[in-house]
Amino acid sequence: MSADSLPSPPEGPEGSLLSLRGISKSFGAVAALTDVDLDVAAGQVVALVGDNGAGKSTLVKVLSGVHRPDAGTVGFGAGTVSVSSPATAQRLGIATVFQDLALCENLNVVENLFLGRELRGLRLDEVGMEVRSRALLGELSAKIPSVRVPVAALSGGQRQTVAIARTLLGDPKVIILDEPTAALGVAQTAEVLNLIERLRERGLGVIMVSHNMADVRAVADTVAVLRLGRNNGVFDAATTTASELVAAITGATDNVVSRRAGRDRATDDGTEPAHGTGAAHKGEAS
Amino acid sequence: MTEPAAVTGPELSRGGPLDPAPRSTGARDRRRAVSDRLRGGDLGLLPVLAGLVVIWVVMQILNPIFLSSANLTNLALESVPVGIIALGVVCVLLVGQIDLSVGSISGLGAAVLAVLFVDRGLPAWLAVVVPLALAGLIGWFYAQVHNRIGVPSFVITLGGLLGFLGVQLWILGPKGSINLPFDSGLVAFAQLQFLPPWLAYALVVAGAAVLYATGAARAAERRRAGLTAPSRRLLAGRSLALLAGLGAAVWYLNRDRGVGWMFVFFLALVLALHYVLSRTSFGKSMYAVGGNMEAARRAGVNVKAVLTTAFVLCATLACVGGVLSASRLAAANQSSGGGDVNLNAIAAAVIGGTSLFGGRGTAFAALLGVLVIQSISSGLTLLNLDSAYRFMVTGGVLLLAVSLDAVARRSRVSHGRA
Repeated sequence: MSADSLPSPPEGPEGSLLSLRGISKSFGAVAALTDVDLDVAAGQVVALVGDNGAGKSTLVKVLSGVHRPDAGTVGFGAGTVSVSSPATAQRLGIATVFQDLALCENLNVVENLFLGRELRGLRLDEVGMEVRSRALLGELSAKIPSVRVPVAALSGGQRQTVAIARTLLGDPKVIILDEPTAALGVAQTAEVLNLIERLRERGLGVIMVSHNMADVRAVADTVAVLRLGRNNGVFDAATTTASELVAAITGATDNVVSRRAGRDRATDDGTEPAHGTGAAHKGEAS
Repeated sequence: MTEPAAVTGPELSRGGPLDPAPRSTGARDRRRAVSDRLRGGDLGLLPVLAGLVVIWVVMQILNPIFLSSANLTNLALESVPVGIIALGVVCVLLVGQIDLSVGSISGLGAAVLAVLFVDRGLPAWLAVVVPLALAGLIGWFYAQVHNRIGVPSFVITLGGLLGFLGVQLWILGPKGSINLPFDSGLVAFAQLQFLPPWLAYALVVAGAAVLYATGAARAAERRRAGLTAPSRRLLAGRSLALLAGLGAAVWYLNRDRGVGWMFVFFLALVLALHYVLSRTSFGKSMYAVGGNMEAARRAGVNVKAVLTTAFVLCATLACVGGVLSASRLAAANQSSGGGDVNLNAIAAAVIGGTSLFGGRGTAFAALLGVLVIQSISSGLTLLNLDSAYRFMVTGGVLLLAVSLDAVARRSRVSHGRA
């Protein structure tokens, strides 16, 4: 894979593509991450959830090479690697789509997709780039009006699609999406969720950072919860209720979210609000 | 010259990527795409072309000599020095920076040329190359200060404006003015050398042929790949329009002295920069840096190298403008590159449609912008109005151009084309 590979073969459980073991990172006296584990397999969508300050962003930055962990190992494929810089991460095949997407609004879709890796630099192969762009966006079933419109003309969901498609040109194995559905409307959110499923079908490992429990449960296979910089459980998305996740995120079954959910349901049903956890559990619709 | 801004690309195909692309776009589709774009506030070069027509009509009404062959021949030659400086300004504006010192650098270039060529008796080529290298070094220095220390280019080049004016005065010494000999090749190039008519026509025909050939080759390649492509008739029409327009211009100028070599040199520079900006990865990275520097950095563009190249290009082109200006005047003096040269060059780039905020503009902006500015200047000079009026009118046009840009930007935002 690269010169960064070290001869230490132990693979993660059940053939993980990417497995973090005991990752710690502190900024001065603040321990942002303590002994965190995370596994992603090929064709698996792992949602990374947690409250503000739980360490999600730090973990993403460790994976994308922005921060170097103080301790712990990153297992990737057959060996452990050190992700020392964003360029290393890209070379390894770990692509990150940050929340700001980093697109140039004045350039069109093709130009954005191929920015920094244009075909034939001295006489641009515009046809080749446009054909590959259309093919790639077609594979993703992306609804983009034209690949020749400036990105400024696209909606938030379409921009997210372009940003994700751009990382796919680098042929990554793991793709990290930072809050891909934040600030998107209902239809656009659905588009992006479809897109994430398509990434899974392509056999990519997907790590999706999100605050939105509905989105998480809609696409994720497993949900990894971070709380105060530590692992707070890995859940199977299909069998876990949103309130269980919220409980893991906040660290208490009796929390403001569950009380609110209980109160709302009670008013809907016309029954007395129940105390504690019971009400939040029943009949959790997806 | 009729090609729209490179940023938006030449065609707007409707329909999603999965729809089978129509095999070719006819004139009607093309017209609809253009009108869509105009309504969306993507005006391209249209305002400056319209402005040029208005100015020419008004000036001709005020003074019938304005559109004479003799005056237009002069106008073309006079546009070149400031036009080449404006070409450099387009480069720095595209990457979202500014160079306020282009006037001083052009004056310094003129002074160094004169000292080396006349006082030191160096051969002409060396006397030209040394100031160009010096200007390139100045641009590199600006870029280093900007990249390493993080001083805004506005302030760096404001310092350069004063500093290099000082160097220019110091180099010229107490006499303050050096005349270039009239029989030198430099002065001949800038004042006296015109294309023989047959060569001018041949170049026009060759230009139209190349435009058609490259357009047809690209269209064929796109069609083979199943993409939309302009129809052959459209391409032929475009080439014929160019042939007719430039042919008429050459015929008209040939009634007087003809087309100056210096103007052809300027056109060659414009076309070269146009190619770099629209057909190379370096050009795309310039637009990217001007549009969203952080995005460009993360996409793997070497942002510092792009900025450095833009500053070096700008300073070097400013020096080329200064050298040609001195050659045309047959002298370098303390006011070379002073007065309104600086602001005219920046105004030309902006009037031509280059955004002050980066990421938007073309090489043709410099050509058309400087024609507007020189037309105003020439027309008012013919009316025997002094520079007081020239400054006021030029200022008004600049304000109009920037206001138009601001309105168009608002329209782009509301049509989602930002």
